[in-house]
Amino acid sequence: MSGIVAGVTVALVLAMALSLYRVLAGPTVFDRLTGVGLIGTKSIIVLLLLGVRADRLDAFVDIALSYSLVTLVSTLVLARYLERRRGTR
Amino acid sequence: MDVAAAGFLVAGLAFVLTGVIGVLRLPDFYARLHATSKCDTLGLGLIVTGIALHTGPTLTAGKVLVLVVLVALVNATAAHALGRAAWRSGLQPWTRDNGGYSR
Repeated sequence: MSGIVAGVTVALVLAMALSLYRVLAGPTVFDRLTGVGLIGTKSIIVLLLLGVRADRLDAFVDIALSYSLVTLVSTLVLARYLERRRGTR
Repeated sequence: MDVAAAGFLVAGLAFVLTGVIGVLRLPDFYARLHATSKCDTLGLGLIVTGIALHTGPTLTAGKVLVLVVLVALVNATAAHALGRAAWRSGLQPWTRDNGGYSR
């Protein structure tokens, strides 16, 4: 089981690196925000997997819960802000 | 139990990687948003359910399952908000005629 946890963690970190390409390349600001959201979701999973690996899941799950709420607020605020702007390339 | 948890982990990883391929390869923002929001939510749900199975029936496993519901709501809301913001700010969807972004 611990080998699978380690393998899935490494694969997720590689997938985060691939998502970073979309953040850097754009072409619109909404694409960048989508990439940031992808990285945020994956980092929640990686946090939980690290908690399993460190045998301290009870501490890591609270961090993951609060992080998902922060992600929601930041994405909603940015979407509301960009909605009123033209020329978002 | 561990075999089931490992199966959930691998299945979830497959969905997450599908979402990443979609976000890299699809032609415009709306298609990419469509690929990422669903694949990522399902992948996270499967992986986190596998972690809860591995943990066993404890309070921590309950919190982990609350996280699944929370992320499902958060990702759907965020994807809807981003799509609406893009549409209202004038981003046109990709079609065969315009061959990419037109403004």
